[in-house]
Amino acid sequence: MSKVKKITKNQLFLPVFCMFLVLCANIIYDVAHGSPFYNFFAVSITNGMLQGRLINILNRGSEIAILAIGMTLVVSASAGTDISVGSVMSLCASVCCVLLAGAAAPQATELAVPLIVGVLGGLLIGCVCGAFNGFLVANLSIQPMVATLILWSAARAIGLLICNDLIVYVRNDTFAVIGGYVGIVPTPIIIAAACVVITTLVLKKTAMGLYIQSVGINKKASRIAGLNSQRIIFLCYVLCGLCAGIAGIVGASRITSADSNNIGLNYELDAILAVALGGNSLGGGKFNLIGSIIGAYTIQAITTTMYNMGVSAAVTPVFKAIVVIVIVAIQAPPVRAFFKKLSAKKGVVNA
Amino acid sequence: MNSNTLLLFITIILFFVLYAAGCIAYSGKGFTNVQTFLNILRGNAGLLCVACGMTCVMLTGGIDISVGSVVALDCMMLAYGMANWGIKAPMMCVLVLLTGLLFGLVQGYCIGYLEIQPFIVSMAGMFFARGMTAVISTDQLSITAEISQTFYDWANYRIYLPFGGVVNKAGKTIMPYFGVGVVIALVVLVLIFLMLRYTKFGRALYAVGGSEQSAAMMGLNVKRTKMLAYVLCSFLTSIGGICFCMNTMSASAQQATGLEMDAISSAVIGGTLLTGGVGNVIGTFFGVLINGTISSIVKTNGKLASSWPNVLTAILLCFFIVLQSIFALLKNRKSK
Repeated sequence: MSKVKKITKNQLFLPVFCMFLVLCANIIYDVAHGSPFYNFFAVSITNGMLQGRLINILNRGSEIAILAIGMTLVVSASAGTDISVGSVMSLCASVCCVLLAGAAAPQATELAVPLIVGVLGGLLIGCVCGAFNGFLVANLSIQPMVATLILWSAARAIGLLICNDLIVYVRNDTFAVIGGYVGIVPTPIIIAAACVVITTLVLKKTAMGLYIQSVGINKKASRIAGLNSQRIIFLCYVLCGLCAGIAGIVGASRITSADSNNIGLNYELDAILAVALGGNSLGGGKFNLIGSIIGAYTIQAITTTMYNMGVSAAVTPVFKAIVVIVIVAIQAPPVRAFFKKLSAKKGVVNA
Repeated sequence: MNSNTLLLFITIILFFVLYAAGCIAYSGKGFTNVQTFLNILRGNAGLLCVACGMTCVMLTGGIDISVGSVVALDCMMLAYGMANWGIKAPMMCVLVLLTGLLFGLVQGYCIGYLEIQPFIVSMAGMFFARGMTAVISTDQLSITAEISQTFYDWANYRIYLPFGGVVNKAGKTIMPYFGVGVVIALVVLVLIFLMLRYTKFGRALYAVGGSEQSAAMMGLNVKRTKMLAYVLCSFLTSIGGICFCMNTMSASAQQATGLEMDAISSAVIGGTLLTGGVGNVIGTFFGVLINGTISSIVKTNGKLASSWPNVLTAILLCFFIVLQSIFALLKNRKSK
């Protein structure tokens, strides 16, 4: 009994359990349709590229995983979510593509400026957006969701203005590498892995992770203890903007164009869902980055599974919304108190 | 004058300045006609209903971003239901309103009784409603006279003003007119204004938004008040959805995207505090008018990109949010 409790109490239980459920659904679906049960895990090399459903999930889930890193930090430090990430992704993608296309926009095949300039431009815009959100939240103490609401609406519109309401194509092989393949491995997987490793190292090797958690648990107490709470929250938002920038550029490179209307659409829900699924409380404080990452890939697995079963892309939000509500409802204090009461009663009966 | 009246005052002045600017810049394009003003009302009748509901929710310190998707769902239900399920227009409107009530009940229960953050709940609600719209149909549908004569007649019923006519090119005088949607929206506005001011429930909304703890100590049922606020908001959103549908006479899965943003910004521009407890629907009315004037000016200009209204509204929203927080900071300092 106590062993079961120990496992279910673990923070990583929820994401791993969800992942397991998705895997089961896939295997049952495959077997029911006459395919071998290992169809889901099958990885092959076609045309010198890794292919397979598992690789597909890892590849397509990169953007959500990158966003989840920033979102985890923001949720932890400010007890609120940054809902502008999807729009900021779109803006960064637009800026990057417009810089790269230069005068040849909207149909460019040659890069007008070196690739690094375009990428840095996009990332810079991401940081600026993050800094704007961070200033509103940290310095003016506006509720995080309200403050990020401004960019949620404005960033995509500004992106459209920059692109002049057109889709800016950059059909260039150098640019396509970011969302394509290096050797046989999809580049987004490498980028996401690098982001996770760097962030984990920074959080583990420096006191940053500890600071963020302490600010999230009690802002006032942390300030009295000598931490600059405002600056830490501000920094988290800038990092979140940077992550949105990276995700935006990966997303743009995947389709070698800046489609302002569609890049990062609805990604904010996925990112928040990833954090919640990772067993992190949306009320701030303690966080587990690995949980969020597993959560992100679980969501992508759900999406890919649904596409695989022939559910239309427009309908998938219904299922995701239900999953969000169920997960958040399980974590809600009244529900927890109810379960505690229930198990306490059982204990009395057993005794 | 306290800071809240000052905010409302700024809003009203801003509307007149904007409208005057539009009149001066585009007098040649008919911006000065009475009809232009009535068109702003006609085009934003749905938004006005939604924004009234949003104001009630924001008074409790919450927020509901599902409204845009719920409007899309309403339009889709109306269009698809009348064409494919063979249900008459009045019955379909009742169904839409019931859906709104149910939607609000679920959201309100999660927010009021399960104490989940309003934003998370309504965000899930937003994606749920948008997805359900696509479940019904992913096509672009339009409501024609063949599908429902009744609904078509409602939408095209014109109420003429006795003054302010304009002589058109053929030499005929055309009187300015407005539709059923405007009447519904104005009735909603007046009812909500009276409700907030004179009923027990209205005062409870302010009390809960001002301070949940004190409201509970006064013996108010905070959880129920919060839930009812969301039920009211979703119900008004459904009324707004019907008005919206009368205006567009079409439905698609991508309809009314960003309407939640317009509703929130209208309320905020109208002086409703995001922290709750302060605001009224008169301010919201002017907020809606400002939104309408901005998009009207952009449309009249004809050369500006379609995303300009979004950017301008976001800038205004930013300005008012920052102004509010500065007022709040000043108040805090004074009380210390």
